[in-house]
Amino acid sequence: MSTTTATETKRKAPAGERVADWADGRLGIYSLAKANMRKIFPDHWSFMLGEICLYSFLIIILTGVYLTLFFHPSMNEVEYSGSYVPMQGIRMTEAYASTLDISFDVRGGLLIRQIHHWAAVIFLAGMFVHMMRVFFTGAFRKPREINWLFGFLLFVLGMFTGFTGYSLPDDLLSGTGVRFTQGAILSVPIVGTYISMFLFGGEFPGHDIIARFYSIHILLLPGIMLGLVVAHLILVIYHKHTQFAGPGRTNKNVVGMPLLPVYMAKAGGFFFLVFGVIAVIAALFTINPIWALGPYRPDQVSTGAQPDWYMGFAEGLIRVMPGWEINLWGHTLVLGVFIPLVVFGLVLAAIALYPFIESWITGDKREHHILDRPRNAPTRTALGVAWVTSYMVMLIGGGNDIFATHFHLSINSITWFVRIFYFLGPVLAFIVTKRICLGLQRRDRDKVLHGRESGIIKRLPHGEFVEVHEPLSQAQLHSLTAHEQYKPAHLGPVTDENGVKRKLTRGEKLRVKLSKGYFADGNQIPKATAEEYKEISEGHGHH
Amino acid sequence: MKKLSARRRHPLAAVVVLLLALAATGGLYAAFAPADKAQADETAQSLAIEEGKKLYAVGCASCHGTGGQGTSDGPSLVGVGSAAVDFQVGTGRMPAQQPGAQVPRKKNIYSQAQIDQLAAYVASLGAGPIAPTEKQYSPEGADIARGGDLFRTNCAQCHNFTGEGGALTKGKYAPSLEGVSEKHLYEAMQTGPQNMPSFPDTTMPEKEKKDIIAYIKSVNGDETPTPGGFALGGLGPVSEGLFGWIFGLGALIAVAIWVAAHTAKAKKS
Repeated sequence: MSTTTATETKRKAPAGERVADWADGRLGIYSLAKANMRKIFPDHWSFMLGEICLYSFLIIILTGVYLTLFFHPSMNEVEYSGSYVPMQGIRMTEAYASTLDISFDVRGGLLIRQIHHWAAVIFLAGMFVHMMRVFFTGAFRKPREINWLFGFLLFVLGMFTGFTGYSLPDDLLSGTGVRFTQGAILSVPIVGTYISMFLFGGEFPGHDIIARFYSIHILLLPGIMLGLVVAHLILVIYHKHTQFAGPGRTNKNVVGMPLLPVYMAKAGGFFFLVFGVIAVIAALFTINPIWALGPYRPDQVSTGAQPDWYMGFAEGLIRVMPGWEINLWGHTLVLGVFIPLVVFGLVLAAIALYPFIESWITGDKREHHILDRPRNAPTRTALGVAWVTSYMVMLIGGGNDIFATHFHLSINSITWFVRIFYFLGPVLAFIVTKRICLGLQRRDRDKVLHGRESGIIKRLPHGEFVEVHEPLSQAQLHSLTAHEQYKPAHLGPVTDENGVKRKLTRGEKLRVKLSKGYFADGNQIPKATAEEYKEISEGHGHH
Repeated sequence: MKKLSARRRHPLAAVVVLLLALAATGGLYAAFAPADKAQADETAQSLAIEEGKKLYAVGCASCHGTGGQGTSDGPSLVGVGSAAVDFQVGTGRMPAQQPGAQVPRKKNIYSQAQIDQLAAYVASLGAGPIAPTEKQYSPEGADIARGGDLFRTNCAQCHNFTGEGGALTKGKYAPSLEGVSEKHLYEAMQTGPQNMPSFPDTTMPEKEKKDIIAYIKSVNGDETPTPGGFALGGLGPVSEGLFGWIFGLGALIAVAIWVAAHTAKAKKS
């Protein structure tokens, strides 16, 4: 556009074109748009999970800005004199008082607060499910490992942004959570006390923590997250979106709708749908009614004190861990708190590092743009379900008192159930999931070779009843057999060509063992080959 | 005085002094003791005890013993007072249905008059906390905010921030305070039923009990407003998280499936 000649511009161009021309001359957007406007996005509902996260993140930022206009991140003590009667005359921090004001005296304050908080709950849940979608379809494989880590970091940072956010009102519930965190920090050997004194500016609770959490919550963490979101999206566009196998879809193309106009219209509409759903929920359902909780005081506590769900597994780890401690040379090592803290990190690290572990086991250095169906990677799927199981068991541990009262169970029994099933559950989940995956693989193989069960029963002349199987279409056959299957790794000959014993590293031996666990006979069902298909469909006719 | 002085070593002097002292004590007691109830009242009282004893024999004696002395199935009722009877029977906890970690609240099958008779009988076994009058437990004019502070200090660790209840060890629990009458709240604090500690007037004066009752009624009463919409049980992040996952994310995924299913027409041509 910037190259248009002077003679042509004399003829009045349409207004839109002139605006675009003006902008292009200064921003150079034409080439950028040209390169990306026809970017293709494949259609599948599970590819929109990330969009749910993106939009709820935007909603959180928008509502958060409104809340900062009225919130006072100060721990100065004031006497409440606002409009909520059961708190009048109670001494509280300015942070709590201003949150009460937002809830009762600021126009639209409570709705915005509830949108902000519900959107956060949904944002984190969305990220969790999005991450599981990427995991179970193998979308984390090369070239997307870095983007997987970006996404993982967004989830972890989201957890801590959420934590610092719900701690800001300085109410009795969140204050208990801050105390819990301080306890976890204190349990770290040697440096724990120093970190605690540094973070709280002295003894707990001090006068600084709310102001510090405020900076972290509204500036530091969201800033990093915004940067990561942008990087995450740029990489999605750069790598192009993955797609499920199907006719016409290869590792080298993307089949779907162009970004403009189709996808933009869809995505834009979807943003408003997400906003609408969250706004309706926020308008109808209470979240974190801080007015009912009271201001934080270190000498008070309530039962049923849980963090928001994304910190729930940490709560569970602490709740079910036996209260072990070791006293050595006048120092106490609080294993009952420190072990859960370590496990908390390990649980997260396990899922973050999985792509690298899998690529090490397969030794596959190629790019993958076609997604796996979860059944076609039985061991990966089973490991993922095991991880989710241990996570969910710990969520039950975190809510053990609520489960006890509402299911009329003993809290001790629940705690023991969680202790045992934290170890047993993943094993069972692994075995069951793998069996289900293998069963589904066998079913796919049967479908390819013998066709679809039509439900039509035919009686043969000699009296035998058979069910008619309908052969699948070519497209279906392709989709069911498009996945590739790895061969298990082998250690190779024990000696090299000179008859000298080969040196095998322990890592190599482990890799081969794991590879067999993933891909050896019995750990995956060989897919139907073209020869088998031909033999059955042409050879002796039917089944 | 000489006469008196001369006889002070008389063998009967000690007896006379004793008699005088007894008469003085008795007289003083008669003068200062609260006035006796009218004769008719006393009859009514003993009648109530009589009736209460009959009810007791039917509903309570199998566990608490025929004279309220307690058995292996139920504690002694000597000294529990009428307040405890009024609470336990009035909330339907007693007579208990079955042994268990804790006796649950259930439908009360006695009339208030019968409960009073039972209470009179049990109170006659030994002195204990007396069932309060309406003047004592009515939250009229109490300080709600102070009650909230007291509630969070003394009650919330078992009963939750707004009295929604909570779990105790081994299947025991602090029940929800929703729908519990003012009188029963007062009596619970007075007597400390089951696993609850008692808060007699010496540790928590009547005024503070009233404040607490006023607070409970203001945050967990029938007329309590919920400015944020449906309260989801008032249980905090566990129910909020479940709701967010199932209905929040669930609805959004349903919408996503709907959007993905309605793709541009170009594909179909």
